[in-house]
Amino acid sequence: MWKRAMTGAIVLFLVGAAAYASFFIAPEEKTMHVLQRIFYFHAAAAWAGMTAFSVCFVANLLYVWRRSEKWDSLGVSSAEVGLAFITVVLITGPIWAKPAWGIYWTWDARLTSTFVLWLLYISYLLLRTLIEEPDRRALLSALFGIFSFIDVPIVFGAIRWWRTQHPAPVIMGGPGSGLEPTMRKVFFFSVLALHALMVFLIAERYRLEKLRTDVEVLRREAEAI
Amino acid sequence: MTSLDSVFAAYIIGWAVFFVFYLTVAKRTSTLREELDRLKNSLNRGK
Repeated sequence: MWKRAMTGAIVLFLVGAAAYASFFIAPEEKTMHVLQRIFYFHAAAAWAGMTAFSVCFVANLLYVWRRSEKWDSLGVSSAEVGLAFITVVLITGPIWAKPAWGIYWTWDARLTSTFVLWLLYISYLLLRTLIEEPDRRALLSALFGIFSFIDVPIVFGAIRWWRTQHPAPVIMGGPGSGLEPTMRKVFFFSVLALHALMVFLIAERYRLEKLRTDVEVLRREAEAI
Repeated sequence: MTSLDSVFAAYIIGWAVFFVFYLTVAKRTSTLREELDRLKNSLNRGK
């Protein structure tokens, strides 16, 4: 118990420090001024969300291969956490877009593919509620999760392959892109902090899923008596 | 809404989403733990 509390405290410290660095250490950007500080939260949350969906993808593949319950538990845990992160991205993005672009939303390739990603993982979680039999539920949702992951590289590539309202990438964006060195450090620290939060939340959600499995087993035993 | 208001709104709403998510996980965990204890007790009584 104290280990979990300690881990939670470390994660809280990291995200607090990242927020402090975003507001007080990162220099002010020349065109958007203070508004650009949303970037450290918005983009770092997007990276953490994509990592969570990547964990889900690997867990889904491993479930299809090994049919072990732990991969199903990891798959649903990381899908739910990834969805929380992408929800944050879809909320902070429009808050940033309105003063920057004059509109909250536009159906460009990056925004649309991110919204589709959100819908796909909501469908993944809904699908799980519709199937009673545990093995069938795990297999079908793993297959659907593998299919849903196709959208992750599309989201990543959208601002590289097509002309979009969303700004071009500043990290891994090729020649001419990049961040001022202090901004870069603050950004990568935010990425680290939000990845720590993502791992903590997946671990908490995984514990819940194990408990659910134990309850299902005991329920079946109780019904058999 | 000023730019600073937008920045605060983005951070506050963003953290609220994570906090609410964590609370729902904690709540579901505590409900399941109670259910697990109840099932264990009823199975022990049945033996």
